[in-house]
Amino acid sequence: MKIAIASGKGGTGKTTVATAFAQALSRKEYSVSLVDCDVEAPNAHIFIQPILDQFEDVNVLIPSVDADSCTGCGLCAEVCQFHAIVVIGGKTLVFPEMCHGCGSCTLVCPEQAISEIPNRLGVLEGGLSQEGIRFGHGILDIGEPMAVPVISKLKKWQNLMDAEIVVIDSPPGASCPVVESLRGADYIILVTEPTPFGLHDLRQAYQVTQVLGIPAGIIINRDGIGDTGVDQYSAEVGIDILMRIPLERKIGQGIAQGKSLLEVKPEYEKYFQQLYLQIGEALSSGNNL
Amino acid sequence: MKQLVILSGKGGTGKTSVAAAFADLLSPENAPFKTVLADADVDASNLELVLKPSVVEREKFWGGSVAEIDSDNCSACGICAEVCRFDAVSVKDDVYTVDPIACDGCAACVYQCPNEAISMKEQLAGEWYRSESLYGPLFHAMLIPAQENSGKLVTLVKQQARLLALDEAYDLVLVDGPPGIGCPVISAVSGANLALIVAEPTASGVHDMHRVLETTRHFGVEALICINKADIYLDGTNKIEEYCRKENIRMVGKIPFDLMVTESMIHGKPVTSYQPNSPASLAIRDVWTGVMKALKDQEL
Amino acid sequence: MIIAISSTDGKFNTEFSPRFGRCNFFIIVDTDTREWESKPNPALNARGGAGPQAVQFLSGAGVEATITGRYGPNAYTTLEAAGIRAYVAEAGTPEELLDAFLSGTLEEVSSATGEELHH
Repeated sequence: MKIAIASGKGGTGKTTVATAFAQALSRKEYSVSLVDCDVEAPNAHIFIQPILDQFEDVNVLIPSVDADSCTGCGLCAEVCQFHAIVVIGGKTLVFPEMCHGCGSCTLVCPEQAISEIPNRLGVLEGGLSQEGIRFGHGILDIGEPMAVPVISKLKKWQNLMDAEIVVIDSPPGASCPVVESLRGADYIILVTEPTPFGLHDLRQAYQVTQVLGIPAGIIINRDGIGDTGVDQYSAEVGIDILMRIPLERKIGQGIAQGKSLLEVKPEYEKYFQQLYLQIGEALSSGNNL
Repeated sequence: MKQLVILSGKGGTGKTSVAAAFADLLSPENAPFKTVLADADVDASNLELVLKPSVVEREKFWGGSVAEIDSDNCSACGICAEVCRFDAVSVKDDVYTVDPIACDGCAACVYQCPNEAISMKEQLAGEWYRSESLYGPLFHAMLIPAQENSGKLVTLVKQQARLLALDEAYDLVLVDGPPGIGCPVISAVSGANLALIVAEPTASGVHDMHRVLETTRHFGVEALICINKADIYLDGTNKIEEYCRKENIRMVGKIPFDLMVTESMIHGKPVTSYQPNSPASLAIRDVWTGVMKALKDQEL
Repeated sequence: MIIAISSTDGKFNTEFSPRFGRCNFFIIVDTDTREWESKPNPALNARGGAGPQAVQFLSGAGVEATITGRYGPNAYTTLEAAGIRAYVAEAGTPEELLDAFLSGTLEEVSSATGEELHH
């Protein structure tokens, strides 16, 4: 089963929930993996403390033009949808950071003057945590715009995706890195804070789950900090509120120090274990919880 | 005309609350810069929730395109599926279809299809708005959930803000940035004179602060740091202060955790307007003074 | 020769635009006759790669030198490939910059001077 943790707004507690969830399940002896798809700002490793022993570069294949064979016909530039290859002054220029690595220019070149070379975007790292959770994350290189290819490759790591329960920590927002992280999940937990910002962005995130056609439920974090807008919205739209984590100084401080939620509040271990069973039941019966 | 961008790396550190307060402090006639506001967090645009603007102009945003196979002309040769690097083409009962969510818009399949059975369809990806508020003009946008090209929408929002600023002699474009460090952030940073990084002293916050600082450095943009919720973890705050000292980065202030920030958000106002004497408001004023000075220093 | 100066409002006597790829207009001037015209920049609303597209447009217009405030790396690479010389200035109207160009007091750049809008 693949369960993804998402939100619209940043900082609502996705990583807090994802790490606690993975830990709680692994203590129940399930085979669990935690996949941190927030490749721009990955944090889960801080709480899980995996021993990293697996590393893989993430490359995009970008075109390399053989100037001798190139006739300057410009067909490559014509087919490129991203303005990553340009023909001017008798020269063919490639702009790697614009290139999506689609290979189209390479295919159309009538002189076969284009070959492909790897361009590094980031790196994947993986390993086991002390508790036996299989961990993996991606780190986008500084200055690289595209997170999606890094996330995509991370989600192809078989040893992570083969676990009995795959917990996916996704980035905030509602655009393509989020979609790439959530695709293929069986269930999505939306973590929100009960404030106007939290509610506004929850609506966006919920729409994403609808577009993807994946059932979703809500966890309200820092319950008590704001208002009842999220509760009202959930009732209107018919999304279950799975859990409430209260606003408590002790929790905030623990997370600030890099402690996992279960360290600070051990009772959450059984709450998350129960939640897993409820999600499983809901999915098999096709009902809400 | 200058451009200030507010960033964080980690989400939820308080960028929008600080941006709103800055908008409030820059709104009086005698403020140091006549300011246009831009919300560059197009996935989750929250600035409008506290500035309560009225939309004056709205335009559709056409993002990229996705491929569509015309089954009448398709010979089921499967070449499109072979060339697609994004796992966007699938086949069932000899019928080939493109998954619009997976499709990257590269059009490789279009050019390779021997029957010219594939065409690119433009995607409506969102809307952008020009609005008026008590704090000045605001440019913002809404990305349709699950759409791509949020970076391009950010670029569009900023461009429009800049054009207005140039047309009507504004001195400053204040950009409320998105979280992360990828393409929406890169678009938000582009052309900025100064970045204010709103850091939080938590383990995650410090980690991501470093990432966003490396990003501003990479793009040659001067960065200042302020610490929000500075009193929730003093070890973290000390770490950040020490780092700034060592690296010669200007630390312009520390804002305490203050529930008034959330309360003002609920009431739809910047905290400095809602409760000017709350601890956060006073601290944000200091941060603001430091940032204004840095902007003025750049003119010298 | 034909040169291009980035402009915000397409006028000869108002302050130039310090940005290249997405300026609103280019003032295209014949340095011999001082005749000038303003052309809208087709790369202004370009989906991506505005700098290189602006250069392609100018190259097609026979421009041999450009004057702006700063060039991003991709714009600069494209100018170089096109054989167009790149100059920078801090301030001035297109008319003033034309004079500065003719008197040889403008700084020619040999690498990018600012980050590129990568879109």
